[in-house]
Amino acid sequence: MSRLAATFEALAQTGRKALIPFITAGDPYPEFTVPMMHAMVEAGVDVIELGIPFSDPMADGPVIQRASERALAHKMSLRRTLAMAMEFRRSNRHTPIVLMGYLNPIEAMGYEAFANAAQRAEVDGILTVDLPPEEGEECAALLKARDIDPIFLLAPNSSSERIQKMDAVGSGYLYYVSLKGVTGAGHLNIADVKTKLEQLRANTRLPVAIGFGVKDADTAKTIAALGDGVVVGSALISKIEANLDSPEQAKKEIIELLAAMRHAMDNNGA
Amino acid sequence: MTDKYTMPDARGHFGPYGGMFVAETLMPPIQELNAAYQQYLGDPDFIAELDKDLQYYVGRPSPLYHAERWSRELGGAQIYLKREDLNHTGSHKINNTVGQALLAKRMGKTRIIAETGAGQHGVATATVAARLGLECVVYMGAVDVARQSLNVYRMKLLGATVVAVESGSKTLKDALNEALRDWVTNVDNTFYIIGTVAGPHPYPAMVRDFQAIIGREAKAQCLAATGGLPDALVACVGGGSNAIGLFYPFIDDASVALYGVEAAGDGIETGRHSAPLSAGRPGVLHGNRTYLMSDDDGEIIETHSISAGLDYPGVGPEHAWLKDTGRANYVSITDNEALGGFYALTRMEGIIPALESSHAMAYTMKLAPTLRPDQTIIVNLSGRGDKDMQTMARREGIEL
Repeated sequence: MSRLAATFEALAQTGRKALIPFITAGDPYPEFTVPMMHAMVEAGVDVIELGIPFSDPMADGPVIQRASERALAHKMSLRRTLAMAMEFRRSNRHTPIVLMGYLNPIEAMGYEAFANAAQRAEVDGILTVDLPPEEGEECAALLKARDIDPIFLLAPNSSSERIQKMDAVGSGYLYYVSLKGVTGAGHLNIADVKTKLEQLRANTRLPVAIGFGVKDADTAKTIAALGDGVVVGSALISKIEANLDSPEQAKKEIIELLAAMRHAMDNNGA
Repeated sequence: MTDKYTMPDARGHFGPYGGMFVAETLMPPIQELNAAYQQYLGDPDFIAELDKDLQYYVGRPSPLYHAERWSRELGGAQIYLKREDLNHTGSHKINNTVGQALLAKRMGKTRIIAETGAGQHGVATATVAARLGLECVVYMGAVDVARQSLNVYRMKLLGATVVAVESGSKTLKDALNEALRDWVTNVDNTFYIIGTVAGPHPYPAMVRDFQAIIGREAKAQCLAATGGLPDALVACVGGGSNAIGLFYPFIDDASVALYGVEAAGDGIETGRHSAPLSAGRPGVLHGNRTYLMSDDDGEIIETHSISAGLDYPGVGPEHAWLKDTGRANYVSITDNEALGGFYALTRMEGIIPALESSHAMAYTMKLAPTLRPDQTIIVNLSGRGDKDMQTMARREGIEL
């Protein structure tokens, strides 16, 4: 069983939901990332999404775009992101890592070379924002052959037919983009998410993580009640951006926010 | 015997290039657009309305002008200019925006967005949006806003909102990123009019089909004027819409050589250029696989060209295919050579070309002397130079 499947199964057995932070590898500087990942695990997160910096992050809002720019200014790359995942794995055997990014760095490395490198780094899942299943079969097959889960996005306007397609091609979990917009946008509508989740559940048995627009503990708690996991990204990176002259302060604030989310999600009372 | 050219396939692939590489939120609207496009492509009412607009609003057909003095001066082939500069709004861009705007209206969209580099596509979009009473937002890199301020003013006059994009390199690619972000946020009521033969399927095929009027007219006009097909076609290539518009109706005519002219900027060897077909590598950006300017890690490299309209790290996927198959030749022209083309046409023929089109003129100056006087070159004069007056004056040290 993959590390992701095992994680979601263990959570389901205790009635808990996955807390999934997203940070961009190498933001605000490369040495920040791996210690931050370990600290997030201590704060109670279940899966880590690690962003691969890219020069043209079309589906991201300004906060994550600037995170990419800061990382690229330190010569970050896909290769160095994989190296960070490998370094993290040396002292953490249980927390799944999902690399999230855009296709071009993977194309530049070559699908097979990338799949081999991801396997060596013991990465658990790959989410490529601009690789829909229509174009992604070759890459998905190479990953699956190495026990790496290809993770796909679903959106508010995804049809039942498309949800079934993702269910067939994807594994690990499905990432539901809770709003029409870019990461970090501010208009998440809980009632809409609830309605959509019913359609998702009817068409897939994969766990569903929900992201885009999760800013605070209250939202995390509400969203957790609907899905199997909560993804938080821009809200964490905003802490880095607000404390560029004091990374330790950024780390402290990120841990506080994640701990508050963990606490709220585990005390749902529902 | 050769097979008839039928690219792209049903999923928008030109061999390994093209396709639909977009985030999930954009898949439904792209599929909706593709269905609508396939439907109206075969709808006689739609085609009749488009033809009428092209004739009475755009001013088509555009002339095929025999540049006799310039041909004599260069001492080789006869040079014919396809006068897209005489279209309403001053470039070939309007052929496509008229078509896409009619599609937007048929699909019930109330809001139009566009990206623009030199501003020609932005102006052509703002123009059709004004005419149809649609809200219009144009994304333009902050660097381009500064160097093409005349076009910014035109767009504003036409009622469009111009958003200066401050991210990344602040040029065309960043404007495209920002337009995609807008579209993802406002997919329900918004139609994205892409200005070139890039983006996800169906854009490369759709924009080509709207621009192919250039080549269809040129073919008939050339037959009428010379009694035969041309020997060579020359057009500048940024994203490549004016080039594909000219080339496409000639692809099955094997005797016609096709030359796409990329922007070599300060020179290919300096790395400061915008010539992915000449010096780039295949990759994926903005919804399609094509040749890109990217580094070993797959990060997109900043580009450079004197002409904002060619300052883009990618190129339409059909050009990538035509390059790999050898059907078209891709060459490059530096900023300085392009200026030579600009002055030559201005002084020899009394026609001031856009800096983008000046790249095609400069290559024609190299090509024509290698051909015989009984041979014919058609060059796409894709736009007029009015928008570049400030840039040129500044280069000459003149304050306007």
